[in-house]
Amino acid sequence: MQKEYKTITEISGPLVFAEVDEPVGYNEIVEIETPNGEVRRGQVLESTSEYVAIQVFEGTSGIDRNSSVRFLGETLQMPLTEDLLGRVMSGAGDPIDGGPDIEPEEEREIVGAAINPTAREYPQEFIQTGVSAIDGMNTLIRGQKLPIFSGSGLPHNDLALQIARQATVPEEDGADGGETEFAVIFGAMGITAEEANEFMDDFERTGALERSVVFMNLADDPAVERTVTPRLVLTTAEYLAFDKGYHVLVILTDMTNYCEALREIGAAREEVPGRRGYPGYMYTDLATLYERAGRIEGREGSVTQLPILTMPGDDDTHPIPDLTGYITEGQIYIDRDLNSQGIEPPVNVLPSLSRLMDDGIGEGFTREDHADLSDQLYAAYAEGEDLRDLVNIVGREALSERDNKYLDFADDFESEFVQQGHDTNRGIEETLDIGWELVSQLPKEELNRIDEELIEKYYVEGQAEQVTAD
Amino acid sequence: MSNMSQATATETTSEGVIESVSGPVVTAIDLDARMNDVVYVGEEGLMGEVIEIERNLVTIQVYEETSDVAPGEPVENTGEPLTVDLGPGMLDSIYDGVQRPLDVLEEQMGAFLDRGVDAPGIDLEKTWEFDPDVEEGDEVESGDVVGIVPETESIDHKVLVPPGYEGGEVVDVNSGALTVTDTVVELDNGEEIQMRQEWPVREPRPTVEKETPTTPLVSGQRILDGLFPIAKGGTAAIPGPFGSGKTVTQHQLAKWADADIVVYVGCGERGNEMTEVIEDFPELEDPKTGKPLMSRTSLIANTSNMPVAARESCVYTGITIAEYYRDMGYDVALMADSTSRWAEAMREISSRLEEMPGEEGYPAYLAARLSEFYERAGKFKNINGTEGSISVIGAVSPPGGDFSEPVTQNTLRIVKCFWALDADLAERRHFPSINWTESYSLYKDQLDPWWRENVDEEYPEYRQWAVDVLDEEGELQEIVQLVGKDALPEDQQLTLEVARYIREGWLQQNAFHDVDTYCEPEKTYLMLTAIRTFSDEAFAALEAGVPVEEAIDIEAAPRLNRINTQEDYEAYIQELKDDMTEQFRELY
Ligand SMILES: Nc1ncnc2c1ncn2[C@@H]1O[C@H](COP(=O)(O)OP(=O)(O)OP(=O)(O)O)[C@@H](O)[C@H]1O
Ligand SMILES: [Mg+2]
Repeated sequence: MQKEYKTITEISGPLVFAEVDEPVGYNEIVEIETPNGEVRRGQVLESTSEYVAIQVFEGTSGIDRNSSVRFLGETLQMPLTEDLLGRVMSGAGDPIDGGPDIEPEEEREIVGAAINPTAREYPQEFIQTGVSAIDGMNTLIRGQKLPIFSGSGLPHNDLALQIARQATVPEEDGADGGETEFAVIFGAMGITAEEANEFMDDFERTGALERSVVFMNLADDPAVERTVTPRLVLTTAEYLAFDKGYHVLVILTDMTNYCEALREIGAAREEVPGRRGYPGYMYTDLATLYERAGRIEGREGSVTQLPILTMPGDDDTHPIPDLTGYITEGQIYIDRDLNSQGIEPPVNVLPSLSRLMDDGIGEGFTREDHADLSDQLYAAYAEGEDLRDLVNIVGREALSERDNKYLDFADDFESEFVQQGHDTNRGIEETLDIGWELVSQLPKEELNRIDEELIEKYYVEGQAEQVTAD
Repeated sequence: MSNMSQATATETTSEGVIESVSGPVVTAIDLDARMNDVVYVGEEGLMGEVIEIERNLVTIQVYEETSDVAPGEPVENTGEPLTVDLGPGMLDSIYDGVQRPLDVLEEQMGAFLDRGVDAPGIDLEKTWEFDPDVEEGDEVESGDVVGIVPETESIDHKVLVPPGYEGGEVVDVNSGALTVTDTVVELDNGEEIQMRQEWPVREPRPTVEKETPTTPLVSGQRILDGLFPIAKGGTAAIPGPFGSGKTVTQHQLAKWADADIVVYVGCGERGNEMTEVIEDFPELEDPKTGKPLMSRTSLIANTSNMPVAARESCVYTGITIAEYYRDMGYDVALMADSTSRWAEAMREISSRLEEMPGEEGYPAYLAARLSEFYERAGKFKNINGTEGSISVIGAVSPPGGDFSEPVTQNTLRIVKCFWALDADLAERRHFPSINWTESYSLYKDQLDPWWRENVDEEYPEYRQWAVDVLDEEGELQEIVQLVGKDALPEDQQLTLEVARYIREGWLQQNAFHDVDTYCEPEKTYLMLTAIRTFSDEAFAALEAGVPVEEAIDIEAAPRLNRINTQEDYEAYIQELKDDMTEQFRELY
């Protein structure tokens, strides 16, 4: 069905309304040709027997009532092949690297179907990112969706790149310590060319590009296209993971721009807005992206997601981080204060969380003491943090010896455990050992989160006295 | 009225035609339909439900993804409301929001949920051993038990005369291996009883009356059992921001609560959380019976990325299954995680209908729907004379963690337990991060007799003592924030230390520790008595002139924080109390 209509009745923001006399499927792909021959693509948002509402990916400027509308009779598909690895595509899925055409092995709808919960395999394999604040405190697991909550101007990209460079999974079967590398699928949504270059340069420098697929929608690319980009990314990721057996790491940045695009479309449709003007269905919409991570029973590969979002006003109750946090399996906070103190990476571990950590660490995965130690580090750091407010009022002298130890602990935790630099790759043993040196500044009786046997085994004698001595 | 009849006078049949499609909402014309009829939409026959009728235009919410569906395609009306199949086979099962068995769907279409596939809620071919409870000549009425089927290791399924049956004299009885559609009992008026019955999900099953619940639903979680208990037949809400522990608390309840049957509704939440339940539960044992937990559990999983209309219906599917087991005389516990996602599904559908929005875009009937749902909880006298209960525990996910929003507020007006989760506590890994000053239980007083009788006569007094200490700590902390701890008088410093043990040793409980994950009421009580011993002895020492630093520094005290992980806790506590007493006495 390739009937052409010249029946546009209304153009409003990213939307075009056209009259039809034959049925058009919901979500179907549309081509609109402007009088000067330019072709724009779009998608049917509402279909009735008389008219359709079309969301135009590349923006509506230049479209007039004389433009012609063609319905392609299918929903948006992504051409798939292993040869996508090493390629750079636009945010709409067309190659932009000057390379050969994509010769797909198959095409798949980008909307994606939900994984049946009975077919999932609970993710349990520890990914070593080489970043202590993550490995030690908020462990990333293969198949997890773990976003980075950041703010504008903060080094979230450096952290994402560090993870992409360093992430490995210690394989059990490879007795010689064999490790698997990830295929990285990178989806840029509305980021600046400068930021994009940061990623591309790093991919090229480290040779990561040949095991990557890049989708680029930049700041000056059409906003509505951003609603498509992550779906192309994830369709590619699922194909490589579940059909071709790759362990895929998906980096999506910046989810905030994606959500802005959703809001723009919602407003153009004059929908009843939800909180702060974002569509009421944003939770569901985001879930159809984030839930496309995981493992499937009996399949080799996995999809691990690392979405990045910049919180407007650094406010994590803003709908974008809020709804994200409600869907993802934890979050990593990048902190402005730590950043200005020069801590690299400036991860604030207290509000950060990895929900899959509990089942992926410990004996047989990382080390027997991992869970208890990280609990204790959390509790002690939180206590030290609290005391910082107090010390500002009453001064160090007014605090007890115990309190002073916690204060020192909190400082050292930031400068020795969290601080490591974006080029340092720490093994999990090293991370945990640093953790023990830090908790050993506290008297043994204080370590009530840690099993007594583990304290006997790992506690570093002498640390506690040292600190009080100076 | 007259234009109503005009509307129906236009030609409608049980087959209509799609007029428009917008996401999960489809309209059709020329369809003869009643509100809430189930219809099949489009060439692929996607399941949907009639949610609005206006003249010749019928609005349908579709339980499946609607991509590619076009105007002009047919709509077929089943003429039936949305129902669930009730019968043996619901336990140890996992369903989507409209009771399609997810394991069967996986067999039929693989790892990803395709659309247009239907499967009955209970296996129609499988045979069950039916053991009759009636003989020819017996008189039975609706609700009566006519026989028993061993459904799982832990549960005997009682086959009931369906509500609405007239009843009469039994004229024929079958027994042995039968399918759920075979007639097991026939009555003289021609009524036939099968192991399977259907029930419309939006309608509560009939009962005789509601009774006042007086038995706790023991959860094995110290802060719940100890401070904010829920009754069997009670209602509770767990609101909290993301990552504060709603799901872990719900899972803990599903695992350890002493209900006969657990219905767990994963409503618009994560896929992996359901997978976790499916993988964990068969391995875990019921602490009461030693049987695998899965054999008393029915799961409903409509995850966040599954169709939103089926999310709207999943809580109804769940509570109807719960009511059916209640009718057999069982104590059922239903967890819904998260009721906010259900409310949002209502909002999403309502806004596509362009209904007048109420607060924050939610439909004006939000409060009514919530209370109708929680009304279906309670301790009941059933129509067959037995007693059964449904306890409902709903998680609430307030945007931005702000409890003043409509779903939290409307829920709080209905439920009697409020377990408020606190992001601050979660950040410092104080779990369960239930805030002890904000939370409450209105069942406390009516459950006290149970505690006095089954645990210890003194328990309510001990609890009050703990609450008082925590309250005092809260007040003292405000002063500490200004002047530091050392500026407080000695007795107040000691109070802070006692409160710390109550928080760290008693209220905190690690869901992932093999022993600590479940704490029986006896242990909950004894742990508190140990902290009380510390408190009494320490205050006595203080009176006798011992400096507070020395008093709180006794060697045995840190063990108060280790009782939680002791399996043989009675001996441990006894020894600890003796040691503390001795060490304190040595100080003066
Ligand atoms: N009782 C507990 N014991 C140990 N850890 C806990 C406990 N409760 C919560 N946690 C920790 O907190 C994390 C988050 O808890 P949970 O997933 O229950 O949050 P939630 O409130 O359901 O969040 P969301 O609204 O996003 O679903 C868990 O992954 C676990 O690490
Ligand atoms: Mg949850």
